[in-house]
Amino acid sequence: MNWQVLIPLVLFLVIIFIAGLYASRHLTSSASFLQEYFLGSRQLGGFILAMTMIATYGSAGSFIGGPGAAYNIGLAWVLLAMSQVVTGYFVLMILGKKFAIMARKYNAITLIDFLKERYQSKWVSIIAAISIIVFLFSSMAAQWVGGARLIESVIGIPYITALMIFAASVLIYVIIGGFRAVAITDSIQGVVMLIGTIVLLVATIIAGGGIDGIVQTLRNENPNLLTPYGNDHSLTPLYISSFWILVGVGVVGLPQVAVRAMSYKNARAMHRAIIIGTIVVGMIMLGMHLIGVFARAVVPGIEIGDKVMPTVALKVLPGWLAGIVLAAPMAAIMSTVDSLLILVSSAVVKDLYISYVNPSASENNVKWTSFIVTAVVGVSVFALAIHPPNLLIWLNLYAFGGLESVFIWPIVLGLYWEKGNKFGALSSMLVGMTSYMIFDKFHPNFLGMNTVVFPIILSFLCYVAVSLATKPVIAEMD
Amino acid sequence: MNLKNKKKKDWRFHIAHKEAIIGVILVIINFIWWYGFAYGLGSKDVSEYHYIFGLPAWFFYSCVVGFIVMVVLVVFAVKAFFKDVPFDDEEEGSI
Repeated sequence: MNWQVLIPLVLFLVIIFIAGLYASRHLTSSASFLQEYFLGSRQLGGFILAMTMIATYGSAGSFIGGPGAAYNIGLAWVLLAMSQVVTGYFVLMILGKKFAIMARKYNAITLIDFLKERYQSKWVSIIAAISIIVFLFSSMAAQWVGGARLIESVIGIPYITALMIFAASVLIYVIIGGFRAVAITDSIQGVVMLIGTIVLLVATIIAGGGIDGIVQTLRNENPNLLTPYGNDHSLTPLYISSFWILVGVGVVGLPQVAVRAMSYKNARAMHRAIIIGTIVVGMIMLGMHLIGVFARAVVPGIEIGDKVMPTVALKVLPGWLAGIVLAAPMAAIMSTVDSLLILVSSAVVKDLYISYVNPSASENNVKWTSFIVTAVVGVSVFALAIHPPNLLIWLNLYAFGGLESVFIWPIVLGLYWEKGNKFGALSSMLVGMTSYMIFDKFHPNFLGMNTVVFPIILSFLCYVAVSLATKPVIAEMD
Repeated sequence: MNLKNKKKKDWRFHIAHKEAIIGVILVIINFIWWYGFAYGLGSKDVSEYHYIFGLPAWFFYSCVVGFIVMVVLVVFAVKAFFKDVPFDDEEEGSI
């Protein structure tokens, strides 16, 4: 057991826990339980909004899988990762004011509330709820596995124990504090992610004898590591560019990100969040992935990609500082899992239970149902994570692509195209989901592009064609 | 909903739509910069690479300078074009 590393990590967990408890006090003072528990009463300011968006989006993929891939592939993977700078401004600019205004007009608490009101269709909301539950459930499990493996490898405690510590610390504050606890802890976690990235990048460069020395070492080992084509010269410009859809503009269609565009206080908060978000997401993505590449010169010969980040942190930093830096991937994982958990819970409670099972549920009934559902979802994910599947980053990206294919057009065209109707939305969701699964199984990287590209094109065509072909149901938009 | 209210919403949507278009334009600029420098400078043989601050020039311009340029453009766009609008239809009291 590595005490020097352990102490800062435990301290980090304690701080997060206290912040979560603090946030839970709002639950008793708030006028509407549902508004508060699932949306923080739409009170997020600019800084918290930026941080919760980044922290929700930045996951085990960014801090564990990403640096691991960059270690093996080289600067080409950093190039690919930089397509994510877009998420810092694009999501808020596109959903932006329109979504905030419409959500308030519809009195929508969840993304599905919005879709249901916009399309006036039971089936749209049911399919949306099922997609969220299925895809995000697997995504949460992947994140949890990443977190537990990290604790296991860094501190040297058994996987199961690590998983339990991890699950318990996230579950408690989410269950008792809801969305506000998620957003506030996300802010702390986002700051930890940023500081951890900067400290580790600087320490890695120093340990490698400066950027010149590191780049020289990499060139001697394999010059391809320095090209935009990857270590074996196999990554085409088209392939790397296609990630702009998966991890760049397509992020607009991720429910866990989109729901945050309903939660901010006012336009000024949104403006600030765009600026802060762009700066922070760019620094984290550039820094973390560069660390992965540079680590190859500092600690060569790491076989498992997921171990690159923890290994290099332990190698180039003193124990206590490594503990603080390793809180960054933990923060990334916790801040993603907590957001997914509250979102899945909202889909079950608000979009299935209250809408279809018990519409006349009392405030108290809703409150307890919310607590219980959140707990049950969290514990089931924990159970699933006990026997974890491999290759974290791809599992994570799988949920990504699937959700984007389902949600991007019903959200974006629903906001901006008045002729879009429920038939268009429904068919585009179904086509998005099934075509994603078919492409993923039979033709991943079809025509040399990421799997997500064609399902998104198909669901777009479907939305437009079916909306035009069916009787227009003019949305109440102005 | 009275007529006056409807007019007010039109006004806000006009701004919202304009800002969404600015978002799309920024992404296009971002992509061109990123792609142009990465493959414009990075496609030659590694032996012909130039280095800036130790990094290959293609990477420095595409990823490092490109990021800084985008931050500047985003700050400029928000400060110059984004407008403060109320989100609630009317003051509905405290939520």
